[in-house]
Amino acid sequence: MIKVLFFAGMKEQAGTAEYELQQKEIAVAEIRAKVRAEFPGVTGTDRAMVAINEEFTNEDDTARTGDVVAFIPPVSGG
Amino acid sequence: MGEKRNYFVTEEPLPTEELIQSVIRPEAGAVTTFIGTVRELTEGKRTLSLTYEAYKPMAEKKLAQLGAELEAKYEGTKVAMAHRIGKLEISETAVVIAVSSPHRDASFKASREAIERIKEFVPIWKKEHWEDGEMWIGDQLENVSYKDQKKPGEEESP
Repeated sequence: MIKVLFFAGMKEQAGTAEYELQQKEIAVAEIRAKVRAEFPGVTGTDRAMVAINEEFTNEDDTARTGDVVAFIPPVSGG
Repeated sequence: MGEKRNYFVTEEPLPTEELIQSVIRPEAGAVTTFIGTVRELTEGKRTLSLTYEAYKPMAEKKLAQLGAELEAKYEGTKVAMAHRIGKLEISETAVVIAVSSPHRDASFKASREAIERIKEFVPIWKKEHWEDGEMWIGDQLENVSYKDQKKPGEEESP
């Protein structure tokens, strides 16, 4: 099981701050596709950065059971 | 408890003086403080308040990584940075960056770079509340794409 977190506008559109993927391991590009399919109303799934365990990733990085994945839409702090 | 933290995200008003004190030390001869506050007017549009949200553990980790990087890049500097989240009114402090260094140049440069880079990659978002609506900033513009770029937070190649 892999936890997926949403923030800001994506969280509002998804209607939830988190959900779970049942895969044992899954590449970042594939996570994007899963989220697109599960939450068709969420925009920016392609544009957001994906973090695994609080570090930014590349598309071919892989999340494994127990990892925490987060969608990081363009930031606006400061 | 009681341990001074130099990098944090909090719902409480930011302790500006404490952050400044945390970088002051005998070898420092300069301290710069950057304070980001909530602006009322942006391109003529009146903001009523802002709500900031963070992926808190990652934001604190990224602030700490950024601080360590700046301390290595600008010799002799010591950095402290904190960001507030939750609902903020006009003129309230959203971010504080304090940098000390033996001579002033390094502090000025490091604090300038710190705020620019916070805006690039630290996972914090703001929602603007206006009289006629509200919107998460950074998330509605289609002109920002991270795909096929370097990971945010990585330094430009020299």
